[in-house]
Amino acid sequence: MASESDARTAILSSIRGALRVSAEREPNARETEYAAVSREYKQSSTKSTEELLELFTHRLAEYDSGVMRVAPAQIPDAIAELLRARGRASIAIPEGLPAEWLPAGFQFVQASALDAHQLDKLDGVLTGCTVAIAETGSVVLQNAPSQGPRKLSLVPDYHLCIVFALQIVETVPECFTRLDATSNLPTTFFSGPSATADIEMTRIKGVHGPRFLDVLIVAE
Amino acid sequence: MNAPYGSHWADRSFPEAAKELLADSQVRRNVRHATDVIQAKRNRVVGELPDWEALREAGSAIRAHALEHLDEYLVEFERNCTRAGGTVHWARNAAEANRIILELIQLHEAKEVIKIKTMTSEEIGLNRNLEANGIRPHETDLAELIVQLGHDKPSHFVVPALHKNRQQVREIFQREMHLPELGDKPEDLCAAARTYLREKYLRIKVAVSGANFLVAENGAVCIVESEGNGRMCLTLPDVLISLVGIEKVIPRFRDLEVFLQTLPRSATGERMNPYNSIWTGVHETDGPKEFHVVLLDNGRSPILSDAESRQTLKCIRCAACLNVCPVYHQTGGHAYESVYPGPIGAILTPQLHSMDRGRTLPYASSLCGACYEVCPVKINIPEVLIHLRGKVVEQDQRTLGGKLGVWNIGMQAAGFVMGSAGRFTLAQHMGHLAQKLFVSKSGFIERLPFMLSGWTQTRDLKALPAQSFRDWWAHRELNGSTKNGAAREDRDGQ
Amino acid sequence: MRISLFITCYNDTLFPETGKAVVCVLERLGHTVEFRKEQTCCGQMHWNTGYLKEAVPIIRHFVDVYRDAELVVAPSSSCVSMMRDHYLKAAEMVGDAKLAADVEALLPRVYEFTELLVKKLGVEDVGATFPHKVTLHTSCHSQRSLHLGDIPVRLLNKVRALELLPIENPQECCGFGGTFSIKNADVSSAMLAEKVRTVLNTRAEVCTAVDNSCLMHIYGSLHRQRTLVRTAHIAEILASTGGMQ
Ligand code: SF4
Repeated sequence: MASESDARTAILSSIRGALRVSAEREPNARETEYAAVSREYKQSSTKSTEELLELFTHRLAEYDSGVMRVAPAQIPDAIAELLRARGRASIAIPEGLPAEWLPAGFQFVQASALDAHQLDKLDGVLTGCTVAIAETGSVVLQNAPSQGPRKLSLVPDYHLCIVFALQIVETVPECFTRLDATSNLPTTFFSGPSATADIEMTRIKGVHGPRFLDVLIVAE
Repeated sequence: MNAPYGSHWADRSFPEAAKELLADSQVRRNVRHATDVIQAKRNRVVGELPDWEALREAGSAIRAHALEHLDEYLVEFERNCTRAGGTVHWARNAAEANRIILELIQLHEAKEVIKIKTMTSEEIGLNRNLEANGIRPHETDLAELIVQLGHDKPSHFVVPALHKNRQQVREIFQREMHLPELGDKPEDLCAAARTYLREKYLRIKVAVSGANFLVAENGAVCIVESEGNGRMCLTLPDVLISLVGIEKVIPRFRDLEVFLQTLPRSATGERMNPYNSIWTGVHETDGPKEFHVVLLDNGRSPILSDAESRQTLKCIRCAACLNVCPVYHQTGGHAYESVYPGPIGAILTPQLHSMDRGRTLPYASSLCGACYEVCPVKINIPEVLIHLRGKVVEQDQRTLGGKLGVWNIGMQAAGFVMGSAGRFTLAQHMGHLAQKLFVSKSGFIERLPFMLSGWTQTRDLKALPAQSFRDWWAHRELNGSTKNGAAREDRDGQ
Repeated sequence: MRISLFITCYNDTLFPETGKAVVCVLERLGHTVEFRKEQTCCGQMHWNTGYLKEAVPIIRHFVDVYRDAELVVAPSSSCVSMMRDHYLKAAEMVGDAKLAADVEALLPRVYEFTELLVKKLGVEDVGATFPHKVTLHTSCHSQRSLHLGDIPVRLLNKVRALELLPIENPQECCGFGGTFSIKNADVSSAMLAEKVRTVLNTRAEVCTAVDNSCLMHIYGSLHRQRTLVRTAHIAEILASTGGMQ
């Protein structure tokens, strides 16, 4: 559209005019200035794995999410126990989720071919994750094996997420260090079940996303 | 061409609009309750971060740097977003943005769109423009839904319906969703919204959103939210259109590590929002098949020219300054007659309109400084308010009416008086004579004329004492009294 | 030490007692107080109302008057914050490098009254007695600009027979804001009503602060409501050796 490219030119020149700069600036100056931004905030952790797990567990519980901690060998049993407790039978799973995690007695459905309507009819979803943040009780999912596309962890009403101890960092900056290499993938952070406080500031769980959330922490 | 296209806000003066809202005690109670709750949560989660000040400092520096190179970062964003499969559009003003969005929707023959809360859409009056063209926008954020169904206006940018309580929400939902039996428990109201909207998420093919951050480095877009309605709109439809102010760009992906700490803690008092979504362009197996970003100027670029008030554009819209503002507490958001209320609105609104709208807003503050103290990107709002007051005064002084206005004459006279101690002393003595007209038997001034009458509506004013300090001092020196004893005696003698 | 008193224009005109109290306390501590008659105002009213260039001559006048002072004290956090937050900017605005240099040379020697006592003179107990229930209004400039923190509380805690009562939301503005109280009289009154409610809730006999501007505002409502609660600048409490004057 001709007028749109006019708009682009006009906006950019209006910005340059206002900043009193020309379009051909020395790009190095920008890099030097950027590098000079002071970042004295906390960027690394001092906590032991055990302390991290404890903090993460505590934060999740505050969000009203279920938390269970097991050893790797117990994953299938733990999944079975959680699904039974929640009364969920048909569960969507992403590609790449290890088959040996899945307990017998439930209906696990490969979700890659499902659309939102079909997902809406299932009882829940089971995924892994990319990284988790103890300090904020957040789990980060990306469109990667064992996590799947974004709608997968969104449409079903129940989400069971498996987090390995090694995937847990303490702070948000550490999380971004881990995400940097895959920053182009669709990424979702979730911290507890979906919630709103729009009515009289009362926190209510589960408006549009999954109303029920369990996190299974796997540690030796 | 910065016309407030489609803006449905009147431009009454702040004192006038505030007066009406002050009379609505229900709104004031609702506002106070909501802001107190968020404020307390905010203080708790901010207090637990020992590096909070360092985060503010970094956030401020990153935003300031991004603005100083805004043209470069926008071009970089455009390049990377396009490379990732997105399409970038540029809109100089509200009319252009409206036209671009309408054409995109019409191209896909959509009759309905789902929307995530976006203030820029409110700023350009998008909903009304869509409706006028036969397209029905559905707000999906619970609070926006309340505002939309209640034919109301947002009054806060994180909790746009905080001026409504649960009974009022129930009435709106009962009427608009045809649910006569609906209860007023927040859980019931949420469940009603969930059912009402889920069908729309699964059916409607075009979504409109705003964005919290654009990342120049890789063309990523970041949206934070609570309910999951945003994720629905971002992932289920075939087409996603994001309308974003040009100032929202940040240099690098890793910069989010700062803002994703400061924004949720400031905005809702949570350590992290329930959901953050970050994506780049279009992904074959994930999300919309078409993604458009509309970059909106609409009065923003000229703000950069003023080095003093440029900082206004650092804002990340957390609304912490609203929640802490004692003026906002009293009036709520509607008194600001703008989509951007509160302290940030008081500096942003007039600047977006080149100082010919919202000219009383820079005065809608006691300059208490609470906003600056909480701002996660360290915008010195009081400083900008004073700077803008200076502009208003200058504008006024250019007109004859302004020159002869009571404020200007009063201030010029006071400036003349303060220029010398002799004139000041004389003025004190004259004040003494003049006040005889107003001082009541109790020794107080209970009623004043003209512009000063506002003071005495609710407050008495202390009358001038018999002797000013400087007269007392002169008297004391004359009597040659020195040191402790004298001063005390004199005091006791009063 | 020789301490020059900048009384401030409104204290001079409306609250001479506060000035006398400052003199009394400083002399009692063994210092010499001087009063420069040429002084007028800090320029805050003009500056904050947007009359920026009109404030500059007033600022220049202030700097000229105190150029050679050893120490300057002002019983007003709001005037001192005007100087610290805005004087340099004002000088830069009119491109007056000389004024900017003068401001930078002078300001390190200018103190708010309680700040002078605790930070510069290192005194907390000034030998005062004040047998009353008192509550402290933490004025905006004292906390957010001067960052006085607990300085006023430390001073009050050392006053004999004084009972300091905590107040709800001590950090919230009383709604004065200079010309704000006139330009936005309704909002200002609503803010004041809230502040006065919290003052009355403390059951204190006296509400104090480091600024008479807030106190004048608060007392305006206390008096209108015919309450018996009084206001007194902190200097007056610190000067007291007995009852209420
Ligand atoms: S001005 Fe600061 S505190 Fe106010 S909304 Fe913007 S970022 Fe938040």
